[in-house]
Amino acid sequence: MTGPRLISPLAISRRELIVGGLMVAFAGRARARPERVDATGPSALGGFVRISPQGRISLVMPSVEMGQGIYTAEAAFLSEELDVRLDQIEAIAAPPDASLYAQPLFRAQLTGGSTSIRGFWTPLREAGAAARSMLVAAAARTWGVHPDECATKDGTILHSSTGRVLGYGDVAELAATLPIPEQPKLKPPGDFKIIGTPQRRIDTPAKVNGSAVYGIDVVVEGMKTAAVAISPVDGGKVKSVDETDARKVAGVIDILHIDDAVAVVGEHYWAARAGVEALNVDWDLGPNAKLTTASLRAEVAKAADEGTPLKALERGDVEDRLKTAAKRLTAEYELPFLAHATMEPINTTVHVRPDGCDIWVGTQTPVVAQKHAARITGLPVDKVSLHNHLIGGGFGRRLQADTIEQAVRFAKQVSYPLKIIWAREQDIRHDRFRPCYLDRLAAGLDEQGRPSAWIHRTTSGTVRRYFDEGGWPEGKLDKDAVDGAWDSPYAFPTIRVDWIRHDPPVKLNWWRGVGPTHNVFVVESFLDELAHAAGQDPIAYRRALLDGNPRAMAVLNKVADAAGWNRPLKPRSGRGVSLHQNFGTYAAVVVEIAVAPSGEISLEKIVAAVDCGIQINPDTIRAQIEGGVLFGLSAALFNGITFSDGRVEQGNFNDYRQLRINETPPIEVHLVESNENPGGLGEVGTVSAAPALGNAIFAATGVRIRRLPIDRGLLSKRDNA
Amino acid sequence: VISININGHDYAVHAPDDMPLLWVLRDLLNFKGTKFGCGIAQCGACTVHVDGRPVRSCMLPAANVGARKVTTIEAIGQTESGRRIQQAWLDLEVVQCGYCQSGQIMSAAALIERNPAPDDTEIDAAMAGNICRCATYARIRAAIKSASRR
Repeated sequence: MTGPRLISPLAISRRELIVGGLMVAFAGRARARPERVDATGPSALGGFVRISPQGRISLVMPSVEMGQGIYTAEAAFLSEELDVRLDQIEAIAAPPDASLYAQPLFRAQLTGGSTSIRGFWTPLREAGAAARSMLVAAAARTWGVHPDECATKDGTILHSSTGRVLGYGDVAELAATLPIPEQPKLKPPGDFKIIGTPQRRIDTPAKVNGSAVYGIDVVVEGMKTAAVAISPVDGGKVKSVDETDARKVAGVIDILHIDDAVAVVGEHYWAARAGVEALNVDWDLGPNAKLTTASLRAEVAKAADEGTPLKALERGDVEDRLKTAAKRLTAEYELPFLAHATMEPINTTVHVRPDGCDIWVGTQTPVVAQKHAARITGLPVDKVSLHNHLIGGGFGRRLQADTIEQAVRFAKQVSYPLKIIWAREQDIRHDRFRPCYLDRLAAGLDEQGRPSAWIHRTTSGTVRRYFDEGGWPEGKLDKDAVDGAWDSPYAFPTIRVDWIRHDPPVKLNWWRGVGPTHNVFVVESFLDELAHAAGQDPIAYRRALLDGNPRAMAVLNKVADAAGWNRPLKPRSGRGVSLHQNFGTYAAVVVEIAVAPSGEISLEKIVAAVDCGIQINPDTIRAQIEGGVLFGLSAALFNGITFSDGRVEQGNFNDYRQLRINETPPIEVHLVESNENPGGLGEVGTVSAAPALGNAIFAATGVRIRRLPIDRGLLSKRDNA
Repeated sequence: VISININGHDYAVHAPDDMPLLWVLRDLLNFKGTKFGCGIAQCGACTVHVDGRPVRSCMLPAANVGARKVTTIEAIGQTESGRRIQQAWLDLEVVQCGYCQSGQIMSAAALIERNPAPDDTEIDAAMAGNICRCATYARIRAAIKSASRR
């Protein structure tokens, strides 16, 4: 590649593309992926650092920012080793390119599962260090000195003995032509200046003055806006459409059909929305038209009775130990479908042209979205550009690209760029839901009340079938269904965990906390049942099972102290605890509540203790725990998606209600120091929430919550209660 | 044609009589900071000020605003209360995804404008109409207190 070349920032992917242009891209070293050892091949190059001759430093963010603070953390990894300050850089969203931006833990370019920090902790520091080393080499060559004589600081290279200084921009072009170091030297953690020190988030200034651009805010020249009518029952089809009234609505431009939805295109959203309301669509409701929550629950129960369990873990002779136990307990737990209800409703802007397609959207799965668009438009993948944006709440919803597929199917029918915005009711009713679960547990206690046998059987659908090409084979364990159950913090001497697959006729998706949100609720609630059956304090009971797990023990002890676990409470008040180790992080949470005679629950206080290994940005860790716990409490208190006549019964924040500020108690988060590798955080607090709440309700009322959302009727004080 | 004053400037827009202020702002005048969340005044993401009072722009027809003055997130920093709230939001790192925060800031700025030192109960009452799915509520409360103490 020779000569200057203007390129779209989003098209930059390979270091050889950009020499001599407005910007210079650096490659980081190849990521350590055993299946790709060819460090000289283009797919083995990274592309995270770009420096213009003017010294503008752009860092490419492989993970998408949806509130979790990942732009600041990933920029910190790069900046720490590149030796620049966070206020010197700009963060830009990575284009879809799995060869460069795949999450190492998934080997796919997606943001989810609290993996970003764990997966990019080393590769991004290496990319920053590689770029710094190339800049130093370029400066040394310019000066005719040895690189070891040079130092860097805040985006400059210094030759100390002569006092000469060059900016990164001055040598960026030359640096980009130099070999990429194979194994750039990383700073020892003791030398970190950014990592571990509280940093201002880089994404927030634009979010407090209205200038941040989310997908829904995108404006493209010539763009029109559409609202849609979607089959009220999933799986239904458009039979016929009477467009007469809709076409009379002022500002309506076009009416477009696909098999399961109709779009009305307007000069603005309000015209489009009015047009949709004036449509008369006759739907063929399809096979799910009779679906009800009662029928769905009955099918899950039948599967739990009759299905074939797939073993996740078996240790010891569980049946024998159960038979010989001094005491036996069984329980059944049930969790509902959940919608994501992100604040930013689903939206996508697409421009399909004969020679290419552009997509402006906030997505957790850009490569999949790009691939769908290529398939639908018939264009080669490299002709589909996806411009990723800040996300107004992901929680897993934007891990699936069904909504982007719909937008492309409409947009390919018109020549202009088309923005589609779903109404809130569509965002909830046409979500892809967190699965419902039915869990059956049995445990045996020995003479001392310790759990001598632990059996946990989950019955649920698999979310994985929506993510793996070709679905998920029958007879194969989906670990997500048992995560948090087989790998709890506790040393159960005999244990069996298995899963019965039952795919409901409802489309599924991951939801904040994925498998552990469900399993930790079940495990921590049932363990609490065991503690009470044994007549022991729930925290003391847990401690006795934590031999050999010092990190779990430490957070449990910390939370017990900080929450004043043994301080007396008023009647119908209670504290509940939960403990788990998921996403590489250990968390213990105590929730304190009071239950009114009516059964209403008031949250009084939340205390969390967290060991997430090396802390990247301590304040963001606290923020993720604070918000994550409340997110989980909100769902446990209020949320369950139910069906009637195939239709989702909830639609907006009036009937799918969320926790509000007046229901929010004080929250304390205590961080336990650790030098272990950094763990994930986005989902940790959410996982902790429901079991701590359920256990607090038991402590307050003696009522065990085995089904979510919590039925206040169970908690109202009757005459003899 | 609807005449409307936004952030101190007069605009004339062609809009249907029932078109909510939210969509006039977003789609006709390109003030994208005010957000669409629910469309039924349940979440507060669309909060703007009309003559200094917080209102849900998703249900207020622009035609009904009349001569009253509309202030949006884009201009709230020009008021003392708005500036203090925005600074407190940054100082306490309130924001996560940020989508609801325009509305939160508008409600909070209106609160401290009429009540310079609100207590927890007053904060909760004024802010209960604004949902945050990231649940940044504890920091919202702290930031309002921080802004009001100055």
